[in-house]
Amino acid sequence: MGDYLITTNPERCIACHSCEVACKSENKVPLDATLGKIVVLGPKMVDGTPRMTSVFVPCFHCEKAWCMEACPTEAIRRREKDGLIYIVENLCVGCKACIMACPWHIPQWDSEAGKVVKCDLCMDRIDEGGEPACVSACPTNALQFGRPEALSNSTREAYAQGLLERNLSAA
Amino acid sequence: MKKVFQTLCFMCSVRCPIQVEVEDDQVISIRGNPFVPAMNGGVCPKAAAAIAGLNDNQRVQSPLIRTGERGSGQWKRVGWKEALDYTADRCKDIFDKYGAKSSVYCERANLISDISKSFQKAIGSPNHFTHDTVCKGSINTACRSIIGYTDGQINADWSNTRHVILYGRNVFESIEVKALNSLISAMEKGAKVTYIDPRASITAAKATDYKMIRPGGDLAFNYALIHTIIREKLYDAPYVERWVKGFQELCNFVDPYTPEWAEPETGIPAAEIVALAREVGRSKPAVAFHYGYRGSHHPTETYFRRSIMILNALMGSIENPGGIFIKKGLSDAGYSAGLRKFSSQEFPEMEDKRRFDGCGQDLFPIADPAHGVGFMFPHAVLTEEPYPIKVVFAFRYDPLMSNPDYNTNLKALQKLDLIVSSDINFGSTTALADVILPESFFLERSDPLQMGSGLKPAINRRIACVNPRYDTKPMWWIVKELANRLGVGKYFPYETAEDIWNYQLADLDIDIEDFDAKGFVSLSDKAIWWDREDGIKFKTPSGKIEFVSELMESNGIPSMPPYEALENNNGAFRLMCGRCVAHTNVMTQNNLYLNHLVPENPLWINAKRAEELGIADNDAVEVESEAGKATMRAYVTDRIHPEAAFMLHGFGHNAVESKRSYQKGAPDALFQSRFYDKVGGSPALDHSWVTVRKI
Repeated sequence: MGDYLITTNPERCIACHSCEVACKSENKVPLDATLGKIVVLGPKMVDGTPRMTSVFVPCFHCEKAWCMEACPTEAIRRREKDGLIYIVENLCVGCKACIMACPWHIPQWDSEAGKVVKCDLCMDRIDEGGEPACVSACPTNALQFGRPEALSNSTREAYAQGLLERNLSAA
Repeated sequence: MKKVFQTLCFMCSVRCPIQVEVEDDQVISIRGNPFVPAMNGGVCPKAAAAIAGLNDNQRVQSPLIRTGERGSGQWKRVGWKEALDYTADRCKDIFDKYGAKSSVYCERANLISDISKSFQKAIGSPNHFTHDTVCKGSINTACRSIIGYTDGQINADWSNTRHVILYGRNVFESIEVKALNSLISAMEKGAKVTYIDPRASITAAKATDYKMIRPGGDLAFNYALIHTIIREKLYDAPYVERWVKGFQELCNFVDPYTPEWAEPETGIPAAEIVALAREVGRSKPAVAFHYGYRGSHHPTETYFRRSIMILNALMGSIENPGGIFIKKGLSDAGYSAGLRKFSSQEFPEMEDKRRFDGCGQDLFPIADPAHGVGFMFPHAVLTEEPYPIKVVFAFRYDPLMSNPDYNTNLKALQKLDLIVSSDINFGSTTALADVILPESFFLERSDPLQMGSGLKPAINRRIACVNPRYDTKPMWWIVKELANRLGVGKYFPYETAEDIWNYQLADLDIDIEDFDAKGFVSLSDKAIWWDREDGIKFKTPSGKIEFVSELMESNGIPSMPPYEALENNNGAFRLMCGRCVAHTNVMTQNNLYLNHLVPENPLWINAKRAEELGIADNDAVEVESEAGKATMRAYVTDRIHPEAAFMLHGFGHNAVESKRSYQKGAPDALFQSRFYDKVGGSPALDHSWVTVRKI
């Protein structure tokens, strides 16, 4: 994901889809295109108990970017400074080669414009010191955005703090 | 140039504090107010979709006067002067004949409710009710009967709880962002959640323990829980001794209601009831039995909600961290005055003080007249008891879809001489209106200040972030203009929102500029808790927690009537209704994004029952009750009790102008019979029976 990661904490995710709605609404994405998608399993009964879990699937901004390699017009590019993969809209001819090339078919089709749209992790917001719309709109902090090394640190910290807290209150 | 506003959302009645970013008079983002930590900076999907609501070209775009049949969608676009003159002239004609009492003003309780109530008082009508009555009138009554405060004056201390017990209170779908975050964080620290519901919602999946109870079994469940807590002495004895009146009566009352007795009534094994009693007994007093948000399920609603509050009292959790707290206001924070109210002015004596609903009077002596008994509205129109009702002001409230029994509601609305509607969108009552006075969207208007009572009380402000997209006005302006034309304008001494704010703040040493930085003025840095040994100010006649309620007994209503067993209705399903995270009542189904997220409401039925009926998932089914009939899609699942069926509230719109939601799904009101709680005044929305047949 370029130099970044978005992680999902399924314990905090309530499958409310604020992430998707904020993305569509603020990035003016066509209704049927979903740039970052929250994939939810459940609730379903597992041995008589309702369970659910979820994972957020934005564009991964791959190191080997199939979409970019497939694009015949060089409309899809990689940003030097942080590796984000984005589309130069007026160069897109709507051939959909990127959609087919991507193993997850993540680039989305804008039928009105006849062009492909894709998640650029809200790179303008990142440049202003902010976070992607999906992450900052999440009401429960289930989505976390950051650099992999920082996330690893904060997740471990939060997990272990919770564990310690439980041990302490059980004692 | 980007501008940032701190304001209050109104995509639902929670009114979360939000931050709105604006550029060139367009809203570019909506987030949680960063100065309110529990918002976590986020928003629910409804707030995230507010930009689409704001810019929607299917909104009511100007005042309209009906030209065709009611509901035909034929309107004449008019200016404000013509619409207001028309409304006032019609009112004057009707009031000359039937008196102003022939008007009923109903609304979604909101920041201008003080002004709405003043309007009815000024014109001389006792008839005002809010949607709260339909949602939770009985919770309100139950809470007042036992602690002297309404449900709106208390809250759960989610952050510090060790165990929360939820009876269908679907906190992870019908969400309040601050409460939600506080609870999730408490769960990360080990707090337990027990969720009891015939339907396994998302909250069930998130809970530590889920119990699929028989529909309507909650009251029996609680009586057995109370029985066990008393039998095994699991209650907080010093707290009960200090604060409770009527403990011995309770002991006698619950004696027959053993867990074994409750087992067939609830479908929950006796051992599980005992285990829960012991578990909360160990965790007390940081235990919150949640009294509910919507509480209009069954005719015994007031008694069920009382049983929840009794459990809190036994846990010693009322006014204890991690339990239930009483919200603190200006006086608790050391202020000698409150926000000044328009409705406290002196109004002319009313000719006839009898309300249309008998609330606080003969029919519902202990229901709360501050909200009324909206359930009685269609009944009063049709029977003309206690007198003829001719005019309804339906302002941001939809009596057609929100009250049970759609067909009766429709008949009642059609009987009225004048339907005045104020709405953002074309709702179903709005579609029947004679005149529409469209209110501006919450992002386009400033409103009266909100008293934010709580552990840390604050005063909050909604401020206009953008100019109105269409020819719409704030409600306080509309009401004043109507009042002017009806000769009572003097009770509305303001021209602008700033005038209203200054009026409200007149007795306080707070300036309106103080709101600019954060959108609110905090009145206390630290949480205000009363001393639970001696300082809890219960507002009951005895100053105690009244298991035997003076309010009830003095009105001839028993505090602890014997339990009546649930009926069986072989072959039929008990129809429940509820909410999802995407929609608010009947208001949001036509929003571009929210409609896309949840476009219609299927009927949930149990997989085994469906198989017996030959119904497969997604089949078209005919759903029928004694009140109405419609075709729906079936959602076949093992996540619902065999005796229950479930549907989301708020669908099946009949306004042709709302193109996305028009005739999508079915209204729950269509199937709901006119069952209600005679004590608290709430309709019994989950009490009707439906049969389901494959088409």
